[in-house]
Amino acid sequence: MTFDASTVEMIKTGIWETVYMTFLSSFLAYVIGLPLGVLLVVIDEDGIRPVPWLHKILGVVINLLRSVPFLILLFIVLPLSKLIIGTRIGSPAMIVPLTIAAAPYIARVVESSLREIDAGVIEAAKSMGASNWQIIWKVLLPECRPSLLVGAALAVTTILSYSAMAGFTGGGGLGAIAINNGYYRNEPFLMWVSVVLLVVLVQIIQEAGMRLSRLGDKRIR
Amino acid sequence: MKQPIIQIRNLGKEFKTSSGTVRALEGINLDIYQGEIFGIIGLSGAGKSTLVRCINYLEVPTEGDVLFEGESLASMTPAQQRKTRRSMGMIFQQFNLLAQRNVIRNVCFPMELSGVPKKEARARAMELLKTVGLEEKAKAYPVQLSGGQKQRVAIARALAMNPKVILCDEATSALDPNTTKSILALLKEINQKMGVTVIMITHEMSVIESICSRVAIIDQSRIAEVGSVSEIFSEPKTRIGRQLILGDAIHQANFGKSKKVRIIFDGRESEEPVISNLVLACRTPVNILYAATRDLDGKAMGQMIIQLPEDETEARRVYSYLKTVKIPFEEVTEYDV
Repeated sequence: MTFDASTVEMIKTGIWETVYMTFLSSFLAYVIGLPLGVLLVVIDEDGIRPVPWLHKILGVVINLLRSVPFLILLFIVLPLSKLIIGTRIGSPAMIVPLTIAAAPYIARVVESSLREIDAGVIEAAKSMGASNWQIIWKVLLPECRPSLLVGAALAVTTILSYSAMAGFTGGGGLGAIAINNGYYRNEPFLMWVSVVLLVVLVQIIQEAGMRLSRLGDKRIR
Repeated sequence: MKQPIIQIRNLGKEFKTSSGTVRALEGINLDIYQGEIFGIIGLSGAGKSTLVRCINYLEVPTEGDVLFEGESLASMTPAQQRKTRRSMGMIFQQFNLLAQRNVIRNVCFPMELSGVPKKEARARAMELLKTVGLEEKAKAYPVQLSGGQKQRVAIARALAMNPKVILCDEATSALDPNTTKSILALLKEINQKMGVTVIMITHEMSVIESICSRVAIIDQSRIAEVGSVSEIFSEPKTRIGRQLILGDAIHQANFGKSKKVRIIFDGRESEEPVISNLVLACRTPVNILYAATRDLDGKAMGQMIIQLPEDETEARRVYSYLKTVKIPFEEVTEYDV
């Protein structure tokens, strides 16, 4: 194979498509997953407003969604992409399945971060007359910010690896290049270039998340 | 006597656990008066922490009621209860400061919750930090503070809303003795200068002794005794009262056939209470069998035979004490006596 201008152009486009698929669906998945994660903690038996039956139902639904393998979810959800985005192929169509797959995962990641909070701090806020909303906005989320950022790095890198499956549905991104050009057309070099770039992206996101978390953590002297 | 600020009426609390119902409190009746420092003491598990949480309805009692300034908390809506809670500051054993906020923002927190304008809140917070002696730490984060400093911040925070009552849940139990003293002094000062009623939950009699005017002893979910501290200290009426107050002082030592020691007084200062010091330092009684000492120009001369407790470790403690303070002694047998 030749590493000509058009190949370079293709890889550039691939990087951009991977980045936008990952970040746009991460953002949308957080819009759904963050409140869900908060809700899971709040309505738990020992939460600030226990609603055990809802907690149970929510838990089952989240587990159900999480147990469907992404590749299968992708094909199930594509008709929905057609409905929402207007197409079932290409990178934009990937946003819908990625968001649906990532939201329950993010809900669990957020839940486990929020569980790290010291119950005594919540009790102190209650003793000052804080309402449940105030506890969520002024205690739970800000106090858990470092852990939420570590969780976000984890979530975004997972979504990035999911996005690599776009190649199967005619979507774009580095994963598609690795599968379509690298594997099906037997261009191993191109496949490795894509994989290395994916690795670099994961490293950057992970490192950025950890640094942000540490930088903002006031528990570190 | 002044008006009761808090009246606890026939209060009971049950917890449902997987292993059945646990009764944490039963038939509690207490009046706490405006401006006093009231102690609630009990062994761990007696129910005192639950009781203090029922006072501000952090825990909702399963029976009875709490009246704050004559108003029943049981008949209030949750919003009204939250409002009432702001008149009761609370401090905790583990301080419970917000780790991601600096000191001044921690003190501002309760004011932020009730919508006090930011500027006003900051000014009030600085004033309170001055009261607790931490104004130069305003920008520090909790992790940079010592335990005592954290509790001072917590006290400033509890005072932010001008409360009428401060509830202290084992507020000094995580602190060393010197820090405990200074925190207690601060609470007393706040009580006297601001007229804030203080309710102290503790398992340490020394805390009650040093600042409380009245005390309730709580044992096995019930109030065992209530009264002025001096009354209860001089004459505890219940078994638990005696146990808490006298504690190790009623230490039963068995003498039987234990070792006897001759202590020789060879001219130490006669003003030095040798045996009392020994008992206090070793925290064990000794049995005086024989004594012949004289005061010669301020020097103690003579000898004394004391019997040590049968317990080996306690006897050893007495030996090493005698050695460290360099009092000559020798072990004696039955025959020598």
